[in-house]
Amino acid sequence: MTTMTYREAMREAIRQAMRADDRVFLMGEDVGRYGGCFGVSLGLLEEFGPDRIRDTPLSESAFVGAGIGAALGGLRPIVEIMTVNFSLLALDQILNNAATLRHMSGGQFGVPLVIRMTTGGGRQLAAQHSHSLEVWYAHIPGLRVVAPATVADARGMLATALADPDPVIVFEHGGLYNVSGEVPDPSPADLDRAAVRRPGRDVTLIGYGGTVPTALAAADLLAADGVDAEVIDLRTLRPLDDATLVASVSRTHHAVVVDEGWRTGSLAGEISARITEQAFYELDAPVGRVCSAEVPMPYAAQLEQAALPQPAAVRAAARQLVGVDG
Amino acid sequence: MAKGDLETVGADAPAGGYVQLLTPDGDRVERVTGPDGTEYSVDFTDAEYRTLYRDLVTVRRLDAEATALQRQGELGIWASLLGQEAAQVGAGRAMRPQDMAFPTYREHGVLYTRGIDPIMPFGLFRGVNQGGWDPQEYKFNQYTIVIGAQTLHATGYAMGITMDGKTGSADGEAVIAFFGDGATSQGDVNEAFVWSGVYHAPIVFFCQNNQYAISEPLERQTRIPLYRRSSGFGFPGVRVDGNDVLATFAVTRAALDNARQGQGPTLIEAYTYRMGAHTSSDDPTRYRIASEVESWKVKDPISRLKAFLEKQQVGDAAFFAEVDEQAKAEAIALRERVLELQDPDPVTMFDHVYPHGSPEVDAQREAFQRYQATFEGSAH
Ligand SMILES: Cc1ncc(C[n+]2csc(CCOP(=O)(O)OP(=O)(O)O)c2C)c(N)n1
Repeated sequence: MTTMTYREAMREAIRQAMRADDRVFLMGEDVGRYGGCFGVSLGLLEEFGPDRIRDTPLSESAFVGAGIGAALGGLRPIVEIMTVNFSLLALDQILNNAATLRHMSGGQFGVPLVIRMTTGGGRQLAAQHSHSLEVWYAHIPGLRVVAPATVADARGMLATALADPDPVIVFEHGGLYNVSGEVPDPSPADLDRAAVRRPGRDVTLIGYGGTVPTALAAADLLAADGVDAEVIDLRTLRPLDDATLVASVSRTHHAVVVDEGWRTGSLAGEISARITEQAFYELDAPVGRVCSAEVPMPYAAQLEQAALPQPAAVRAAARQLVGVDG
Repeated sequence: MAKGDLETVGADAPAGGYVQLLTPDGDRVERVTGPDGTEYSVDFTDAEYRTLYRDLVTVRRLDAEATALQRQGELGIWASLLGQEAAQVGAGRAMRPQDMAFPTYREHGVLYTRGIDPIMPFGLFRGVNQGGWDPQEYKFNQYTIVIGAQTLHATGYAMGITMDGKTGSADGEAVIAFFGDGATSQGDVNEAFVWSGVYHAPIVFFCQNNQYAISEPLERQTRIPLYRRSSGFGFPGVRVDGNDVLATFAVTRAALDNARQGQGPTLIEAYTYRMGAHTSSDDPTRYRIASEVESWKVKDPISRLKAFLEKQQVGDAAFFAEVDEQAKAEAIALRERVLELQDPDPVTMFDHVYPHGSPEVDAQREAFQRYQATFEGSAH
């Protein structure tokens, strides 16, 4: 058992993958000398050299597209994009190319590419750095999308992603990098199941990435209200693990989804639909959703905090569902 | 005064030379012939020289104040222009009133030359509003964060000017797009070059090559000097000493005048150096050595103009002291006004998503207000 930060866990995962397999390399803006815009790759240039820790020209489309090509040629690229907002400059490469090539080649080949990107708000970086667009990627067949919420998953998910024969998007919530936690076992993480992070009987709070800590904090608040909340961490956003969700809701009969995306067209909407489809008669109340305000992310700190899902709002939504507030 | 072409001027120039009209020691080069035969020179009155000096000192002083405010926790972030004052003031003063600028996030010096109240961007960087100003009023567009995007906006704007019949004469309009060396790798920027070339758009692409894109040095973006990129797109490119306000003025003025008269685009590479951090979130000691920064100090844009003014007896000690005093007073006034900027009410986040609201946003605003009301009096 080792204790480390989420950032260090990501770094250890990259380091281990690169030591284990010569085909693995990292590329992106400022990943080399600078150690990555969020410090994830600090020190890796010194260990692996500039060929395998590659500072690229400033073009998202180019380094994602080149990542596809390198993967097709047998390498195992890890591409780092600074933020999900900037991944939009590479969306064509991701959607029209990486995600479709297996299908369009009649299964002749796939694109074993891992794309890591920071997501989420709360760091005062305004409307062009801070959105939560995970659902856009979770919408795309041909991709696997994961969102490590814990230090253990930050450590364990990369190896599994690299072993995947198809493109995997890894979302790292910017608010998690400094979080410390334990890594009980550095072996590859299973990506197929959601995880119950806190068991409870009265209501299921469902989050992913940055909203898992929010849901856990809300569960603490609810405990003081006498409401016993279960917290589920989705872990993988595509494909979704319906079974874990349905099993939990069948026990608690109430669900609130906590999603940093905008509510309209959100993952929260998709999850709500699935619960309604598969566990309608288990529900004692409609599925609740706590999402970001549908505005471009404000820059002002207090506006940004007001725009983001907060534990107090999750608590209020859960109290209403279970009837504490009458 | 010396005359020269690119081979003979600028002992400190990078290989291939650049247009320089004022050496780092403050000596005037009378005129320089550019790669395509264009002659560059300036013909300023003493008063105009003094104004340029005042501009440079003032924008540096305001920038230093912003850096200090950020360190004191009064601004969320600041992208300093330190070292790039001449490039920005030269280009900004070369614009005519009708010309339109499309800046990045670092063009505080250009903003100043457009006559915009320097407080404007501080609403943004302090995080109390979006810092907006009316681009049409000041002919200076909004700051752009997504690297390179504004070059396409500038291209479309320039295309529109032509469609409106506003080019083709000495009082025509022109557009200037600002971007960095890193931005030249983006597809958007290269596509803007293609478009501007194809449509012969009245645009000047003004690249401040400050040698770094965050931590990445120029060699991560290019193998050839950036100004030479233009030839592949079919329009001229010229490199200018970006620490020389006179040369930057001359080259930009010529390129803008060509554009307004219907001669099409020009790429200007203003060769300069980012003396400070990329932004206040950055620590440049992680990727560059102190001696490199030192070597650029001797090329300082302000000290060379000061030396020139002294040698020409255009400015004396009293003048320099008065400029410093005035810049300081402006900076202090700015600081006071920044500190007075009030935090906004959280409900204002729902403003300006659509011009006249929308059912979805309005419903969310109302729900938010109800939710906020549940906390009222909760301290009791
Ligand atoms: C599309 C996009 N990708 C990445 C970033 C993050 N980023 C902000 S500034 C910067 C470097 C820009 O360098 P350059 O164009 O040389 O301009 P400078 O900051 O040096 O003035 C990067 C990569 C961004 N803002 N937009």
